[in-house]
Amino acid sequence: MSASVTPPSTPERAVDRGRHARPTQPLDLAGTASGAQQRDFGVYVHIPFCAVRCGYCDFNTYTATELGGGASQDAYADTAIGEVRLARAAMDAADLPPRPVRTVFFGGGTPTLLPAADLTRVLQAIEDTWSLAPDAEITTEANPDSVTPQTLAELAAAGFTRISFGMQSAVPHVLATLDRTHDPARVPQAVAWARAAGLAVSLDLIYGTPGESLTDWEQSLRAAIEMAPDHLSAYALVVEPGTKMAAQVRRGELLMPDDDDEAGKYELADALLTEAGYHWYEISNWATTPDHQCRHNIAYWRSQDWWGIGPGAHSHLGGHRWWNVKHPRPYAAAVESAHLPVAGQERLTAQQRQDERVLLEVRLSRGMPLADEQLLTELVADGLAQPGPAGDGLVVLTTRGRLLADSVVHRVLGLA
Amino acid sequence: MPPIATPETLERIQPAATAPDLLRNFCIIAHIDHGKSTLADRMLQMTGVVEERLMRAQFLDRMDIERERGITIKSQAVRMPWQVGEQAFALNMIDTPGHVDFSYEVSRSLAACEGAILLVDAAQGIEAQTLANLYMAMEHDLAIIPVLNKIDLPAAQPERFAEELAGLIGVEPEECLLVSGKTGAGVEELLDQIVAQIPSPQGQVDAPARAMIFDSVYDTYRGVVTYVRVVDGHLSRGQKVQMMSTGDTHELQEIGVISPDPTTAAGLGVGEVGYLITGAKEVRQSRVGDTVTTQNDPATEPLAGYRDPQPMVFSGLYPIDGSDYPALRDALDKLKLNDAALDYEPETSVALGFGFRCGFLGLLHLEIVRERLEREFDLDLIATTPNVVYQVTMEDGTEVEVTNPSEFPAGKIASVTEPTVTATILTPSDFVGPVMELCQNRRGVMEGMDYLSPERVELRYTLPLGEIIFDFFDQLKSRTRGYASLDYEAAGEQDADLVKVDILLQGEQVDAFSAIVHRDKAYSYGVMMTGKLKELIPRQQFEVPIQAAIGARIIARETVRAIRKDVLAKCYGGDISRKRKLLERQKEGKKRMKNIGRVEVPQEAFVAALATDGGGDS
Repeated sequence: MSASVTPPSTPERAVDRGRHARPTQPLDLAGTASGAQQRDFGVYVHIPFCAVRCGYCDFNTYTATELGGGASQDAYADTAIGEVRLARAAMDAADLPPRPVRTVFFGGGTPTLLPAADLTRVLQAIEDTWSLAPDAEITTEANPDSVTPQTLAELAAAGFTRISFGMQSAVPHVLATLDRTHDPARVPQAVAWARAAGLAVSLDLIYGTPGESLTDWEQSLRAAIEMAPDHLSAYALVVEPGTKMAAQVRRGELLMPDDDDEAGKYELADALLTEAGYHWYEISNWATTPDHQCRHNIAYWRSQDWWGIGPGAHSHLGGHRWWNVKHPRPYAAAVESAHLPVAGQERLTAQQRQDERVLLEVRLSRGMPLADEQLLTELVADGLAQPGPAGDGLVVLTTRGRLLADSVVHRVLGLA
Repeated sequence: MPPIATPETLERIQPAATAPDLLRNFCIIAHIDHGKSTLADRMLQMTGVVEERLMRAQFLDRMDIERERGITIKSQAVRMPWQVGEQAFALNMIDTPGHVDFSYEVSRSLAACEGAILLVDAAQGIEAQTLANLYMAMEHDLAIIPVLNKIDLPAAQPERFAEELAGLIGVEPEECLLVSGKTGAGVEELLDQIVAQIPSPQGQVDAPARAMIFDSVYDTYRGVVTYVRVVDGHLSRGQKVQMMSTGDTHELQEIGVISPDPTTAAGLGVGEVGYLITGAKEVRQSRVGDTVTTQNDPATEPLAGYRDPQPMVFSGLYPIDGSDYPALRDALDKLKLNDAALDYEPETSVALGFGFRCGFLGLLHLEIVRERLEREFDLDLIATTPNVVYQVTMEDGTEVEVTNPSEFPAGKIASVTEPTVTATILTPSDFVGPVMELCQNRRGVMEGMDYLSPERVELRYTLPLGEIIFDFFDQLKSRTRGYASLDYEAAGEQDADLVKVDILLQGEQVDAFSAIVHRDKAYSYGVMMTGKLKELIPRQQFEVPIQAAIGARIIARETVRAIRKDVLAKCYGGDISRKRKLLERQKEGKKRMKNIGRVEVPQEAFVAALATDGGGDS
């Protein structure tokens, strides 16, 4: 080749674009230390594995056990621990004060697909790295199918305090539409085992599945209440683009319920749960007592600090948000080469932080402070906000207001 | 090769020095798509005016829209040399606009000619439009050369359509020339026949100059370029000329011919066709149909036929982004430089914000203006449903002219008059029934019906203009599988039982949807519009009634049910950025929201309601 010929791109750049390229970027934590002592610190651990992928699921999860290298199920705990150590180093480098971890949440995926020993090792690494607050809340999500009395006892012994079961429904045809493989009868059993192990119990329910009648939903609610969990979450089914269910809906095989159907189901849930002694504390969450509210999730809604471990996990420290690469393989490769697996990040402006505070805090029963008295009066008059708290300058939503929370956000932010 | 004139013979046909008997002025009368521009291109090539390598399709159509739509909006004139035997001639081809909206401009182009090529697609036969222009050419006593084009097409039926043409103009079928603009077949013969059949111009060489303006175009660099045909006398560079309708004087900064680019000349003599540049800044100073004379030796009588263009169709044009209003005003000001028929004045709409009520010659004119505004000035616009102008007489005798339905007066009305047209429709005889039904639905009164041939019928109707400006042509096409053609001309006014239907959102009038319709159609308009808006207006936190009303009387009602749920149940760590970004997009979208009372409606809903068809006939 002639020396005078300049190739269209240098060899170095060509490698950058190749399959060995690192899709990660350096994390810029400058300035996030300010006010950190006033913020709680939590850790989220994403476990990206499931036995079966459900048709509605758009979470970052994989059913293969063998993704290769540090992304395999059996090597995953070590990879996650690697990120924990990198996280601490990055926070130290940014002068973020070491704070005990107040909450840890293992989500997925199906965390309990990993051996309890693996979850325990990750938790131990978190404790070794940052220490755990004395009253730390340690939650794991679980599929009713993937637990045994032994594994639950192991988790409790390792320090887990709370377990959240993906019950979704008590109605077989609804579970089938959702591709949930568990036997509804298995749920009370798993709940009993968890209680016996000393864990607080939460159940997740989904409403608005295609084909679910109001009676079906009532049956699921009553079945859940019957098990007397400490905490309940009820989510309207959202069909995300790209899921199997989205394709079924597009092809007309499944018919989505309209918003009114979902509104009716939410109202039913709120009525039955209230009657059974539960208190809503966030739009989709109810607990028997304030102690049983999920403190980890409340931290999200109150813009506290947390580090998300695992592929696709999101993090937030002092107005800086970032998210990890989604696929477990490049994730593992980055961690193995001692790089944080950051795929993207954003530094929030003051306006963006204010917008987020409004859209998050309005969801909470503790209320969102609002200085605009006229708007408070209007929200009460429109049946969206409760009159009592409004007198104290707080927006606490009524049942109707919770269903129309986006409108309330728009009005508070001057969009409506 | 065809007999292109030699340099010696060319000397005898130079501008300002060509004897009238060596001139031939002609135009081509043709329907859209019948191949006029392609034939013109071929003539330019064969006469050597445009070299083959410079040829681009439809050389004469300058604007992008014209080239894309394959129609000519503005006419032009090209001078071409052609030799027959030993003699060179100068042929002026005057390109005419091809749409009913511009029929006045067509008539001026025809008045500049002694002959016309009647060009008809040999696979389709003559269309109503062409027929109307043919009649107009015959009124001007033009020599008509019947030509069937596209004879290279497999579907061509030259014998059949030669009969039709021959019957229309009173010649033998064999006298129809057969050409293909595409292959060039027959074009030389056509050029020879232009020389042979079209009379040379007659005029008084020594009389005071009189030149008729048949087109006037604004050019960014040159100002207004005026196209004229000299009838009497002579125009020379540097002279002071006078526009006879206004008395305004200008200096002839430049004079010349187009061949095919502007070529300056010392002047233009009797019978010649060319252009003038006077430094005028807008085409209104140089109006089509006006007569140009010289200031020193002015003519006393202007040439016949001048008239002011009158807008027939009105529509509100609004920028979708309100901050584009000044840009829209500037753009209209610029278009006006080149469009003597465009009228506009500011208006305000509750639903649409600030915009302009614009007057147009017709629907195509509206579409073209709108498209040019969007394309050349990069504006996003909404146009309200077009309407005509109504004369309302109140019981107390006061008269109100209504160009915007929302200004239709309340109170006791004695009478309302609306403009009418006489429409000529050509259709295959199989579709006479559906066409008659359509015309009756649109309050048409049949004036006559003739069979042009056993397969083709000419129907003549008087119709209210307001009934045909919206979707009549689309309906006509769909009922005749695209075969029918339409032409119309203004036919005065008539009294009619017209009412204003208002559309109310939660009791608030949405001005952009008010319509003036015949009393018998008020209900169906109300049902249609309320139904359409129901689908388009997003649910609010309260129930929103959508009503149609005549005055205080409600004639139709729909309800947008109150929304009960708008929130997403889940919002955890990874959802927060996504939700905030959605909120930021909604903040952007807020600019496009319009409030009608308490009801918040995205502008897209109004746009969609205005954009879709009226659906009144199906």
